[in-house]
Amino acid sequence: MSKLWFDVAHLLAGGMLVLSFALLYQDRIAAVINVFALQAVALSLSVAWQALVQGAPHLMVTAAIALIVKGFVIPTALHHIIRRMQIHREVEEVIGSGLTMLTGLGLVALSILLVQPVGEVSIYVREDLAFALAVILLGLLMMITRRNAVTQVVGFMSLENGLVLAATGAKGMPLVVEISVAFSILIAFIVFGIFVFRIRERFDTVDVRALDRFRGERRDVS
Amino acid sequence: MALIVDFFLQGVQMMLVVAIAPAVLGLTRKVKARLLRRIGPPVLQPYRDLWKLMHKEAVLAHNASWIYRTAPYLIFAATWVAAALVPSYAAGLLFSWSADLIAIVALLGTARFALALAGMDVGTAFGGIGSSREMMIASLAEPAMLLIVFTVALVAGTTQLSAVATLFSTGSAGLRVSLGLGLFAFLLVAIAENARIPIDNPATHLELTMVHEAMVLEYSGRHLAMIEAASAVKLVLYFSLIACLFAPLGIAGPGAAASDYALGIAAYLGKLFVLALLLPIAETGVAKMRVFRYPLFVGSAFAAAALAVFLLFVSKGF
Repeated sequence: MSKLWFDVAHLLAGGMLVLSFALLYQDRIAAVINVFALQAVALSLSVAWQALVQGAPHLMVTAAIALIVKGFVIPTALHHIIRRMQIHREVEEVIGSGLTMLTGLGLVALSILLVQPVGEVSIYVREDLAFALAVILLGLLMMITRRNAVTQVVGFMSLENGLVLAATGAKGMPLVVEISVAFSILIAFIVFGIFVFRIRERFDTVDVRALDRFRGERRDVS
Repeated sequence: MALIVDFFLQGVQMMLVVAIAPAVLGLTRKVKARLLRRIGPPVLQPYRDLWKLMHKEAVLAHNASWIYRTAPYLIFAATWVAAALVPSYAAGLLFSWSADLIAIVALLGTARFALALAGMDVGTAFGGIGSSREMMIASLAEPAMLLIVFTVALVAGTTQLSAVATLFSTGSAGLRVSLGLGLFAFLLVAIAENARIPIDNPATHLELTMVHEAMVLEYSGRHLAMIEAASAVKLVLYFSLIACLFAPLGIAGPGAAASDYALGIAAYLGKLFVLALLLPIAETGVAKMRVFRYPLFVGSAFAAAALAVFLLFVSKGF
């Protein structure tokens, strides 16, 4: 495997990780969705590159699914949702942006340390796993720190981007699995969409703090 | 004979950075004025300003101590030495063994320390505010700068600038996302350190949010000339670092012919010209930040630099 091939894969996967940080950094909902679309494009480029390197044409289908569904369909639908809910101008209050970034850096370090002892696989696979794990953890972090239901959905989708990245690094994921995962993501997205609208109908907001009172966790909701 | 030639080449570099510094500053001001649809002062205006200040009387406050009087010279000297060490047109000059990235960061830290002391020396409220803000920015920007140094050192295997420039100009470092992140972080640090627009406005006095100008408000005459020259040299220093680390095209290697040196100087001047055009364009596009947003701005430089170091560890292993 030549050096340039490795470097380009490194560049694309690293770009996905950087975009995960950009997702954490953004506090405008529309910008978050745009960054997510960009991350999906980076994912599809990365998968397409793997298809070339591994000589596995079925990965091209994965790349196409990622590009069309997550790069265009889901972001467009999310933009539509936030415009219909009139929250497309809102700036979300994120809990301590600096602290979130530092936690994110810690998670990246953790995922590198976790993958390091994997050992006798090629450096190529190991690096891919480290990046994928970091993207997954950052997606989880985003779901935890955000209060808006729409940005939580984006966090979940970004987590799934990490899963696809991990799966393509490991050789020989069957196409059936890939297609079923893609469809389950679409269905999950539809469920989320209906759910967001239901929350909105009942509480007049998509701030998930409003749910806390109903679970009996907090009584002093102002 | 060879030693004389080496001395001469090093001397050219030392003189070059000081000689063109006011012109670079003048060019950024001119471009910015044109972008705002003003005519703007001529490009050579900073030279005339320095000449004028040199011949004016230096007014001192009654309670100014020796720190206040010597600080401008110390600031200028430290900045000049740092700028003269960065390989501009040729790598492997006579003093290139001392051109270490960490040494340059330390020299700039010394200059900043002297400036902050001088700002507090007279005891006016403005100077104190300026010094405290400068130190706040420095405490955030310096760790980011050191992480960038680590990134470059991990890729190149050395912190010596001329070796790094020689290695990078061959292109053997390959395509690396870490270096891209390092460049991004370095641009943010350079903006913060040079008191450019999202952090500080270099064109105004008597604004409540200013940082650098607040510290030097009491200075006049030759002292002010020294400080202004030092800030111009600092801008050139950061431009040279960008050119040397991230775009080392055309830098003459050790033992090059005279034509290579001429080409190196032309390439260096061209790079400075491009950077001096890009800086005001970037500045015009953004608005000045609130002071409380500085940690986020410089902190993102730190995050990017830390990420760059982490990514290098993934691909290299421990």
